[in-house]
Amino acid sequence: MTVPLLVILAFILVSSVVGIVGRGRGEMSLERWSVGGRRFGVIIVWLLMAGEIYTTFTFLGASGWAYSRGAPAFYILVYGTLGYIVSFFLLPPIWRLAKRRGLHTQPDFFLARYDSPALAGIVALVGVVSMVPYLQLQLAGLGMIVEIASNGAISSAAAIVIAFALTCVFVYTSGLKGIAWVAIVKDVSMIIAVVVIGFGLPSMYFGGVGRMLDAVIRQHPTHLVFPGSTTTMGVGWVVSTILLTGLGFYCWPHMFASAFSAKDARTIRRNAVIMPLYQLPILLVLFVGFTALLVIPGLKNPDTALLALVTRSYPGWFAGFVGGAGAVTAMVPASMLLLVASTLVAKNIYRPLLGRTVGDEHLMRASRGFMFVIALAALALALWSPKELVRLLIFGYDGVAQFFPGIALGVFAPRVRARHIMAGLVAGELVVVGLIWSGHDPCLGMNAGFVGLAVNALVTVAAIALLRGHRDRDELQNLTSSGGRN
Amino acid sequence: MHTRLALAVATFPALVLVAGLPLVNRLEPVVFGLPFLLYWIVGWVLVTPLFLGAAYLLVRADSDRSSEGDEL
Repeated sequence: MTVPLLVILAFILVSSVVGIVGRGRGEMSLERWSVGGRRFGVIIVWLLMAGEIYTTFTFLGASGWAYSRGAPAFYILVYGTLGYIVSFFLLPPIWRLAKRRGLHTQPDFFLARYDSPALAGIVALVGVVSMVPYLQLQLAGLGMIVEIASNGAISSAAAIVIAFALTCVFVYTSGLKGIAWVAIVKDVSMIIAVVVIGFGLPSMYFGGVGRMLDAVIRQHPTHLVFPGSTTTMGVGWVVSTILLTGLGFYCWPHMFASAFSAKDARTIRRNAVIMPLYQLPILLVLFVGFTALLVIPGLKNPDTALLALVTRSYPGWFAGFVGGAGAVTAMVPASMLLLVASTLVAKNIYRPLLGRTVGDEHLMRASRGFMFVIALAALALALWSPKELVRLLIFGYDGVAQFFPGIALGVFAPRVRARHIMAGLVAGELVVVGLIWSGHDPCLGMNAGFVGLAVNALVTVAAIALLRGHRDRDELQNLTSSGGRN
Repeated sequence: MHTRLALAVATFPALVLVAGLPLVNRLEPVVFGLPFLLYWIVGWVLVTPLFLGAAYLLVRADSDRSSEGDEL
């Protein structure tokens, strides 16, 4: 019983040490802390982005969805792929603007492009409100992983406190570079764990993946086609959800900001080319969910399916390995969310409210300070979590995806102004909040966030057609010619 | 006009994948042990890097001529 416990604790400790040592030498500045000095090459950017994308949702949620819902879980394989294609075209021009104007956060981009503090403020608020529940979900997932994998030897609350305290330490000392180093530990151990269980468990119980899927089809004939074992997640829901989450993928402030760390625009493109291959491990996670459905049916909480099957099928040390890998899988996105949310609060909420010029050193200290405030808030939510937060999380994706018109038009349509984007953004957010809070998700067979995004796009286009200003041309010239650090 | 072509090439697999979903929502035929719907999705995801790689070469061909280096 102590073997899995030791393996998990070793994992958490080693990762944290790697994160602290990964700081490197020299003075820490806001530029180094938040965007790694913009010096990351293709491999480190890949590890970092892969590290953020593979969250506890992929680990527990994807297998849980495969277990309880079936085919609708396939959307998880597709939306990332769509996101990488979008990033191939969108991120390089964003990176160039960020480099030229010294941007650190997503609201910085909106401020630099649209010259509107109000728009940047709304983007900052929606971003933080969306990120905190996401952070809380990582912590809750971490607690669940460690508690089950250690057979109850470490309680969920203890695991959350220990792992998150260490996470705060390496984020504080090392910033983005430290996170990138921990991401290496995480990516390697995750891949090993997923490959072993993704092929191993179907072979152990059914003699192979094909036979396992065959058995699923025989016992649950509708599970592997839409709408699977649900009534609402038909083809319309799947397509609208893929479009929403694929377009919204790089609208998350932490995904958006990770592009700033690349050393050049070409690095970002190369990264986008290879990223879709990283969807394959998700397929293996889905296989585990299907196997669990046949071997241990009737679980109360489908999110526990993967871990329950692993602890039942493997010796303690390997369950500990999967638990440790799972814990680091939560720590990496949590650290990135923490870093980005605190930089964003310091730079885009605290500084404008202060109303005076603030130097980079002051901002750096403020960012580190806000890091603890955000960490404590997420910790409190994770330990005394009200269930309704799941609704907030759903709103998270739907909420940040509404940034898409502002980002895409910001890059490719120089004539579009802040008021056009503001009109669409506000309309989209209102539709999303209204539909979710009144229980209309899905709406007309489609994802509510997608309905919001469609309204957002229509209002933006209408605003562009109706709201034309005389000063547009001058403003535009000012924007493209002048520099001015942000 | 390499950029337009690159956009078409890069988005092709995702468009076909998503647009085809209503037509491939079935179990038969089973390919490589995967039910057809899953095979369709996994197959297009796996070939996406080839299309993005082609788009990368097209964009690079463009930037080779411009002084900016990597301008879209």
